[in-house]
Amino acid sequence: MIVESQQARFPSIALDCGVTLHNIDVTYETYGTLDSAKSNAILILHAFSGDAHAAGVDATGAPGWWDNMIGPAKAFDTNKYFVICSNVLGGCRGTTGPSSIDAATGKPYAMTFPVITIGDMVRLQKMLIDSLGIERLLAVAGGSMGGMQVLEWVAAYPESVRCALPIASTWRHSAQQIAFNEVGRQAVMFDPDWNNGDYYSTSKPPARGLSIARMVGHITYMSDESMRQKFGRRLRDKNAFGFDFEVDFEVESYLRYRGAQFVDRFDPNSYLFITKAMDYFDVTQGRGPLPTVFEKADTRFLVISFTSDWLYPTYQSLEIVRALRSRNREVAFVELESNYGHDAFLIEVGEQMEIVRGFLASAFKETSAGLMKECA
Amino acid sequence: MAFVHALFGRSDYAIIGELVEPKSKVLDLGCGEAELLAWLKEHKQVEARGVELSAAKVQRAIARGVSVYQGDIDEALADYPNATFDTIILSQTLQETQHPLRVLTEMLRVGRTAIVAFPNFGHWRVRVSHLFSGRAPKTGLFPYDWHSSPNLHYLTVQDFESLANEQGWHVDRRIFLAGQRQISMAPNLFAEVAVYMFHKPVQKN
Repeated sequence: MIVESQQARFPSIALDCGVTLHNIDVTYETYGTLDSAKSNAILILHAFSGDAHAAGVDATGAPGWWDNMIGPAKAFDTNKYFVICSNVLGGCRGTTGPSSIDAATGKPYAMTFPVITIGDMVRLQKMLIDSLGIERLLAVAGGSMGGMQVLEWVAAYPESVRCALPIASTWRHSAQQIAFNEVGRQAVMFDPDWNNGDYYSTSKPPARGLSIARMVGHITYMSDESMRQKFGRRLRDKNAFGFDFEVDFEVESYLRYRGAQFVDRFDPNSYLFITKAMDYFDVTQGRGPLPTVFEKADTRFLVISFTSDWLYPTYQSLEIVRALRSRNREVAFVELESNYGHDAFLIEVGEQMEIVRGFLASAFKETSAGLMKECA
Repeated sequence: MAFVHALFGRSDYAIIGELVEPKSKVLDLGCGEAELLAWLKEHKQVEARGVELSAAKVQRAIARGVSVYQGDIDEALADYPNATFDTIILSQTLQETQHPLRVLTEMLRVGRTAIVAFPNFGHWRVRVSHLFSGRAPKTGLFPYDWHSSPNLHYLTVQDFESLANEQGWHVDRRIFLAGQRQISMAPNLFAEVAVYMFHKPVQKN
């Protein structure tokens, strides 16, 4: 199926930093059909470098980033559910961000863009969902930064979320997570081409800085085991060391390639703003201890973590599970076996698919039964 | 002697299925793939929760639509406030826990009622096996070699009775099973599996 992205525009949004942002564009995609009771909508939330193109293929033939999970008869079964995915606020893939034109100046916002939060991203998504006439989502689901948005959704709009699926995620960014993000930001900002964020006019973005940031990122998304299996110490197109500082190893080549590729599709300032939003994330901020944050939620949780994920380790998922348990909220949890590290939530779909499919089916059945009872 | 249905091939499941109150809150410790919980949800509209150590079983339980989490029984109970559940089930797992008495005490803190099913080590076949072989008993009920058994603690019907007495638990129901039959005569000799439903009397000041 070829999908086309859609656009929505909102007049203004009040941000956590105190600033009100005007004329916000949101790019989103939808898959499947919204039922007449509007009870089958699922919002998918993308991770750091993702976008609205979650499933199907776009006009260029590129598959969505979670196409293996979303589609007919897949985990998020588009024969049954209406699936929505939007690009986050601060992004660079169609939703307003630092590379968008500020109507007040006629130039890109660049570093005048306000520092945004996960809460702001979710507030904008709520506006989108409201504009689609959906009062209650059957589910909100996402991995990594997507999982943070899931938790924020339940905390901010408990009555609007029937099921929450935070995958390979955390309820607050840890020192280690902040540390890696800071390395990435410094790499971008130390590149002279960054030019205090004003590189849009020079059309010479800080490509070296951004690609180094991405190289670090990719290391944190893999695991020692997956790198050993994928690259080992294999040399790249040679049988002996070059005794220079060109690429010797496969792993060097891979990281350089991924870094360079990222520059073509990602705005360096978005890198700064979105990583900052993740670092600021703590779902308890201004809300009290974790168990009380989800106290009011009549939401069913499915929490998933992966054994080799050292960037978002299982203990962070378990903290969410334990908080929910202490209030007897409905929570299912499993730590899936995988060698792929943090990337597992995008790759390791076999078991994840079965679990998510069954979990959603039972929740949808209960929701439908509940609706029928209300009507009777 | 009365015949007992089997639920998923297990007569203790059938008994437990009858004992659980409709629309109650139920926690199943060591719930496996949550066949029993799914049945209770479907037929008794209970609010079902389960704990299971094996990730593979948890996956199948969640795919079945039951809220099960992967974890250790002792740890799982510690998080819950007092009297969270109407009934807590521990079926054929007591003998595998590290600290059985601690688990039972926690069950009675977190639940109003506990249902425990366990294989009876006092069964005559166990006694005969030990008496004549002079080795650690190996029977249909206890099929493992001593070195690879998941069972850490062995108990008999008599043992459970005296523990309940000692702890001041009130036994609401005691059901003894031999295959598909419910028996009442000399259960410590003839019961293969014992099912106890019990609670802690409310303390009066």
